[in-house]
Amino acid sequence: MTAEPIPVSPGLWALAWRRLCSDRVAMASLFVLLLFLLTLVLSSTGMVAGDWNEEVGISYAPPSFIGASGSGNADTAAAADPQPPENPLDPLKDVLRELRAEMAGKAAPAAGQASSDYGIRDPLEKELAEIRSNLPESGLQPARTRRDTLPFGADKWGHDIIKKTIKGAETSIIVGLVAALLATFLGTLFGALSGYFGKGVDDVFNWFYSVFTSVPYLLLILAVAAVLQKKGVLTIVLILGLTGWTGVFRLVRAEYMKHKSREYVMAADAIGASHWSRMFSHIFPNISHVALVQMSILAVGFIKSEVILSFLGFGVPVGVVSWGSMLNEAQNELILGKWWQLAAATVAMAVLITAFSLFSDALRDALDPKLK
Amino acid sequence: MTAMMMPDSVDNLLQVRDLRVLFMIEKGRAFEAVKGVSFNVPRNRTVALVGESGSGKSVSALAVMGLLPQENAIVDSTSSIVFDRHELLAMSIAERRKLCGKDVSMVFQEPMSSLNPVFTVGFQIGEVLRLHMGMNAKQARTRVVELLNEVGIADAESRINAYPHQMSGGQQQRVMIAMAIACEPQLLIADEPTTALDVTIQKQIVELIAALQKRRQMSVLFITHDLGLVSEIADQVIVMRDGEIQEQGEAGQIFSAPANAYTKALLHCRPSLDARPWRLPVIDDYLNGIIQTELELPERKRGYSENDEPLLVVRNLSKSFFSREGLFGKKEFQAVKDVSFTLPRGKTLGVVGESGSGKTTVGMTLLRLHKATGGQAFFGGKDILAMSSREFAAYKCRIQIIFQNPYASLNPRFTVGQILLEPMRIHGIEANDRERSEKAFQLLQRVGLKAEAFHRYPHEFSGGQRQRIAIARCLTLQPEILVCDESVSALDVSVQAQVLNLLQDLQDEFGISYIFISHDLSVVKYMADQVMVMHHGEVVETANSDDLYRHPAHPYTRSLLSAIPKRRNG
Repeated sequence: MTAEPIPVSPGLWALAWRRLCSDRVAMASLFVLLLFLLTLVLSSTGMVAGDWNEEVGISYAPPSFIGASGSGNADTAAAADPQPPENPLDPLKDVLRELRAEMAGKAAPAAGQASSDYGIRDPLEKELAEIRSNLPESGLQPARTRRDTLPFGADKWGHDIIKKTIKGAETSIIVGLVAALLATFLGTLFGALSGYFGKGVDDVFNWFYSVFTSVPYLLLILAVAAVLQKKGVLTIVLILGLTGWTGVFRLVRAEYMKHKSREYVMAADAIGASHWSRMFSHIFPNISHVALVQMSILAVGFIKSEVILSFLGFGVPVGVVSWGSMLNEAQNELILGKWWQLAAATVAMAVLITAFSLFSDALRDALDPKLK
Repeated sequence: MTAMMMPDSVDNLLQVRDLRVLFMIEKGRAFEAVKGVSFNVPRNRTVALVGESGSGKSVSALAVMGLLPQENAIVDSTSSIVFDRHELLAMSIAERRKLCGKDVSMVFQEPMSSLNPVFTVGFQIGEVLRLHMGMNAKQARTRVVELLNEVGIADAESRINAYPHQMSGGQQQRVMIAMAIACEPQLLIADEPTTALDVTIQKQIVELIAALQKRRQMSVLFITHDLGLVSEIADQVIVMRDGEIQEQGEAGQIFSAPANAYTKALLHCRPSLDARPWRLPVIDDYLNGIIQTELELPERKRGYSENDEPLLVVRNLSKSFFSREGLFGKKEFQAVKDVSFTLPRGKTLGVVGESGSGKTTVGMTLLRLHKATGGQAFFGGKDILAMSSREFAAYKCRIQIIFQNPYASLNPRFTVGQILLEPMRIHGIEANDRERSEKAFQLLQRVGLKAEAFHRYPHEFSGGQRQRIAIARCLTLQPEILVCDESVSALDVSVQAQVLNLLQDLQDEFGISYIFISHDLSVVKYMADQVMVMHHGEVVETANSDDLYRHPAHPYTRSLLSAIPKRRNG
């Protein structure tokens, strides 16, 4: 009967996107998130920060905006001058003076042969000389000139902090987001089944939940780690994902229990919608905000948990950097007054997490048709 | 407009002048809920503020109480609310709060949510006395017992220690009234105090308020959507619509000779017990001045006849709910006991009863939303209660339900289009989504909605429009039986008439049989061919509707009928 063409109905997501676009905070946070994801892609393909583990600066090189630090210069000065000033009260000062004169006389002709001090010849002398002569070609040049300052300083080994942070983001974001996604998925699925069907199904899942929560958290992590037997990002994701679903489960279960007796769900039953359709196409959009908010909280927590795992030795393997491992190193550095590694990791983490929280909040609002 | 301006005199306890209330919706956008309203509440009188939802009647009362939400409600600076010679709007919040608890008090609509469930009612009433009257615990207790006696709670001495959930809705509302009158207020504002209650209880509460008003010489501002309800108690009536006063005057004049078209419409839109016009007059008829048709409309004949084709035969339907008791025990609660009835094709069975009578459970069980404990329901010769869920799936097209609350029965995350397409997709009606959409557009037009509704979300519609969407959803399946579970109870009087007319038209057009469940006897009288009265899960009386209303056989039916507010000049 209608001659007019039937316009295509904009779906839930299209409308949500339109609402999201009108939200300035959401757009800003989305921009920040995309920036992080872009660096993630670039660094994982090796286009950026692939050379993070080159020791380009001196140990603990300070950020350039501070300038070369005074204490660092004092250290090198002390190293350059091997002779401590003479103590006039020392009864052995004459003996010492003699010894030093002797050593200086010896050292001059034997320069470059450090190992021949005790009259023993190094059996590997030739091979070492060969390796040393080959070093400049292999690119690993330990004797290369190291810079006194770097844009945001260097760590103990002289790695550039900026590159290290970018590389670390790769691990942390993947761990945080993927593990949060996994945990939320499991929690939502279990919670939905449990809350919707109730009775026996609910009992089984609750029993499962109780077992999970009754085991101390660290023990649980160790158990999963022991079963998986392998170190790596995937292991961390699995450990966190498999242990983190419990909170989501409880919340989603409660929401499903509340919603399943609502009239709109009964109406869906009356028109013959299947259990699956009622659970996920009717109820889920109405509780998705719970899952979303939980996911952003979990992502934050998981990025932090990765630090604990690294500390326990179940974290990232040696040679892989993450914000967690950076924070772990920063504990010792801070005492020495080297704050830049801590600052870099914290700022990066804070910006990501804030952007993520703001965005998930805005997404929640955008997905809620009642809030406008 | 016949705004009868009364002279400003000391006799007016409350004077509201040019009250304007704005609600900020978002930055720069405001909605004017009350547009310059002026009225008086004289001492020792009852004034009824009548209007439908969105008329601004509750907002006006909240403005008097100072209970409007601070963050987005703005009372215009030119407005004036004078209570007992004090300008309320000029007072500080602390001063107003002091006055509000003591000299002005309010009774709300939902007694269940107004009482704190973790304190005894005695404590809650006593709290008011201790705070405002400075009584000590012992004095307060004595006074509470007196108050409970006054509001008609039997055995007040022991009920004082009861928790709200241990009382019925009517008793809870009595407690709320006791709390409101505890400090001997000069003005009692009752905001829809009976809407959430059953008819018989409703009558008692209205009588109680009227009696208290006389005894305590106080003024009452009675807010309601039901013009019929206030006819018995109001001295003056103010009719509001869209934030403006349509008509105000002495109650007798309003009921006998309403001057305003809207007032007339409100009086006539509700089906009456005496007549059954072919169509109910709706508000637009009055506003457009085509009221003359009212008399020309033929009476509609109702009732089952001999040669009706029985479509649904229900025998001994029963449903019990079990709650756990002790470690192994189960406690049985029989919600429906041995209900039997017949529903012929194209006719309407009305099911009447108060809350807890099991009338809703009957509907739910027939749709298998609840599992029946016993009995049979033969639909086209087959027992739908005994078949497997797979077999019943085919029957879901043929029997459908419209729920009470149009705000809850539509998924807020679906557009109207999705809502209408889903049932057709599930049952494979029409070949593709294009044809289904076309059908959905037809149905939207049929239920009186515009085509653009297809892309909107349910919350963008009013209650009546939502109920139309719910009806359209059922119609997509072309059901033979439609269960209307209190389907018009949550709607405004004028909208109610429109939806009832729509349901009636659909019955005439498609020959649908209705099971019309309602607590509202006059609506059932209008819609039903046969009426089944339920009480505590049992059927107490079944008869053709005209016979039942003319000669009620059962005492319970008689008490229900007598509780309907009488109109002075309906």
